[in-house]
Amino acid sequence: MDALISPLLNGSAQGALLLLAALGLSLTFGQMGVINMAHGEFLMIGAFTAYLVQQVIGSSDLSIPVALPVAFVVAGLFGLLLEVSIIRWMYHRPLDTLLVTVGVGLILQQAALQIFPSQGVPVEKPGWLNGQVTVFGYDWPLRQVFTILLATVCVAALSVWLKSTAFGRRIRATVQNRDLAEVTGISTRTVDRLTFFVGSGLAGIAGVAASLIGGTNSQMGTQYIIPAFLVVAAGGIGQLKGTVVAAWAVGVVLSYFAYWTTGSLAQVLAFILVIVFLQLRPQGLFTVRTRSLV
Amino acid sequence: MTKLRPRLSLFGIGAFALLLLGVAPLLLTDHWLGNLGKYCCWAMAAVGIGLAWGRGGMLVMGQGVFFALGAYSMAMHLTLETAGDGVPGFMVLYDPLAPLPAFWEPFRSAAFTLLAIVLLPVIVAGLLGYALFKRRVKGAYFAILTQALAVALATLISSTIRETGGDTGLSDFKYFFGFVLDDPANRKLVYLITAALLVVCLLVVRQLYRSRFGELLVATRDAEERVRFLGYDPANVKLVAFVGAALMASIGGAMFVPIVGIITPAEIGAAASILMIAGVAFGGRASLFGPALGAMAVGWGQSSLGSTWPDGWTYIIGALFIVVILFLPNGLSSVLARFTAARRSPGEQPAAATATLQLEEAKS
Amino acid sequence: MTDASLVVTDLHVEFSGFVAVGGVSFDAHPGEVRFLIGPNGAGKTTCIDAITGLAAATGSARLGEQELLGRPVHKIVRLGVGRTFQTASVFNELSVLQNLDIAAGRHRHWAALLRTRRDVDPSIVQALEETGLADELATPAGILSHGQKQWLEIAMLLVQDAKVLLLDEPVAGMSQDERTATGELLQRVAAKRIVLVVEHDMDFMRRFATRVTVLHQGKVLSHGTVAEVQADPRVQEVYLGTAGAATTAAMSVVPDVSAVGLASSPAVSAVGLAGSPQTAAGTQQQED
Repeated sequence: MDALISPLLNGSAQGALLLLAALGLSLTFGQMGVINMAHGEFLMIGAFTAYLVQQVIGSSDLSIPVALPVAFVVAGLFGLLLEVSIIRWMYHRPLDTLLVTVGVGLILQQAALQIFPSQGVPVEKPGWLNGQVTVFGYDWPLRQVFTILLATVCVAALSVWLKSTAFGRRIRATVQNRDLAEVTGISTRTVDRLTFFVGSGLAGIAGVAASLIGGTNSQMGTQYIIPAFLVVAAGGIGQLKGTVVAAWAVGVVLSYFAYWTTGSLAQVLAFILVIVFLQLRPQGLFTVRTRSLV
Repeated sequence: MTKLRPRLSLFGIGAFALLLLGVAPLLLTDHWLGNLGKYCCWAMAAVGIGLAWGRGGMLVMGQGVFFALGAYSMAMHLTLETAGDGVPGFMVLYDPLAPLPAFWEPFRSAAFTLLAIVLLPVIVAGLLGYALFKRRVKGAYFAILTQALAVALATLISSTIRETGGDTGLSDFKYFFGFVLDDPANRKLVYLITAALLVVCLLVVRQLYRSRFGELLVATRDAEERVRFLGYDPANVKLVAFVGAALMASIGGAMFVPIVGIITPAEIGAAASILMIAGVAFGGRASLFGPALGAMAVGWGQSSLGSTWPDGWTYIIGALFIVVILFLPNGLSSVLARFTAARRSPGEQPAAATATLQLEEAKS
Repeated sequence: MTDASLVVTDLHVEFSGFVAVGGVSFDAHPGEVRFLIGPNGAGKTTCIDAITGLAAATGSARLGEQELLGRPVHKIVRLGVGRTFQTASVFNELSVLQNLDIAAGRHRHWAALLRTRRDVDPSIVQALEETGLADELATPAGILSHGQKQWLEIAMLLVQDAKVLLLDEPVAGMSQDERTATGELLQRVAAKRIVLVVEHDMDFMRRFATRVTVLHQGKVLSHGTVAEVQADPRVQEVYLGTAGAATTAAMSVVPDVSAVGLASSPAVSAVGLAGSPQTAAGTQQQED
């Protein structure tokens, strides 16, 4: 029983963390077509923000709730800066954007390495996250439950924002037809900036969650960016629902693989699964329907 | 001029060969000759990246995988050659009675090793490319998937200490196909083989770029769907370039092992793969010499600045990506091409990109 | 060259519930310039997409004995079906000669691909003369004028030795002289090949069409000679209802108005066709 339940619950939490990391990507990549490889470093910025907030406030019980919005804003501002300074010039060169943001990521990693101790910093878990709930006889750590709750709240907020607010409608209008949106009086520049701010901010929130589960160091972003991107790809572009399902599935499958084999073999297997998946369902990944070949 | 231009690149390769094979061994110390050999290995991988990415538009962010296939094939053979009839030392470390893993066994044979260095990347890149290109996976998806593969392979090697040496890698090779590696003369020989292989790689891509295939590859890069409507299957065109790039990376990796004397997962993982891209972007992705020279420049920076000023070196690499891609998408070679084009015919065809300039060479 | 005809029977194309083409049948034979016209969203381009394998369709499209539907794009091309696109699609970075050489390449042995080109293929010389591009041999295709790009596309179909030429709005954006030149070129080409033209320009259609099929909302509304189609009251009604009075005027007499009234820039048709959800999404995401 335990062999079935514990990877499922662990994997769900892992999937929730992955989802938090992928949510922002699904916004910036899915909606805007920008491949931001520095997204993982924005996550790292969120984690370090959690640490800094903890240093200022002192109480770990209080610091995490405070760190969440602060990390959102800090990482969001970094994203905004990136959009305004570099990405805005590169909307027509998606592959090149990928490489430029690789460079940005390298610089952010190195800066973090020099500012903070190289072995990383400890983010203290709040007292109210110590403990477990018992699910089917398995003691499920509250930290994992918290990650899942946080991811649920973020997904709900994002989908309400996209579907029900005027700004969300503007984003979707811009995504569907940029020229038409401009003609109807939408400032697409503002839309781009705000979308990037929110997308990067979500990475900051993911960073806070990640700091409670794993270590907080300059390299932590690199382990999230590839899986997060694969989740967005597997879920289908701009499909919030797809991202949620894919993140959960990847988390759980990885968890089972890791349970049966080893963590590293699980990664290799997951990669093979993605290739197979692309063979079976490439629909979300490309479009051929077009009237011209521009 | 049009009669001369095709020759020009051949002269260029000739001069490059003379420098590498003739001048460098005379002037450089053993230490620097070894370093130059190392850069040549990276340059071979870079020439392949230029083919796949510069001409073919496939951003291969996981060339470390193919570099590893060649490198570990070679390293396993050299390790076994050093160990003689026994089992490599690092395996016995954990378990004195450890048997040799089955996949090591065939690498005792020199012929098998050489064959593996050539065939493994062809098979892996062939299968992977076939699966992805036929399903029209391209652009960022392709880039990320290849990078994911590099991450996965590096993780796999790191975690299998008993079979592959793990993070410490494979090292302490004494022989290279019977030659004692301690002997400076033999090391010079290894260097000469490496440099010669790099020259061969350049000659191969030169012919490819001048051929109809080269034109077709550029056409596929710029308008894949249009190529389909001319009756070609773009997947096959891309597959050839991708497999070619993988083969060059593998050969580079194979020579890396006797020259540097060690191979670890760090040399083939995501970071290493990205560093290979950096050189290509810097030199000029679509040009003939750009990738090789760029990779050698980055390699030199890596081994000099990278060890004396590691913090600054990371910033430099990061800034290089940003500045070069943002302002000089065709790398340094495009500056040169623009300069010479302007001198030849002032004001004329300023928009003609490097690719066009070089492809003009192919015209009779 | 060939006596095989293109016969399309009961063609259906559906995009997630939206019926773009619902049971269209027509045929085209060598020796005639066949026109497919209709208001925006009538399914003209979709018919071509279906025949060339770009859109999944049911029904039948046969070239001689060969069924085209269900084959991948490049296999259909190898059977001799070539097409152009609303926006000229040439390889901008390559020269005119290189463009044509690639088009001529599918008959070559693969080993020939690895060699450098030493001479100009006779079929290319012929196509260059046919299309009047002989002086532009070394020009990068990207700096050709709009009309020249369209001609280059037609030249590419000629060296490709296509038995069927499917042309999607070949004169869009061309000057009056260029239109005439294009029309005459098509008439020459049609002597030995099947030429099917999708057009908005009624004047062009009237001057050069041998036979016409009018599509409306994915169905065949009328077909016959230019005169027969023009006389059809249903056709007049459709054009009155959708594209305005100027069109009807153009349909019947005044030749000059037509070019203005129905000049179909790609932008116009793209907006008009946004009714099909697939199209809007497809165009958007094709950007990368």
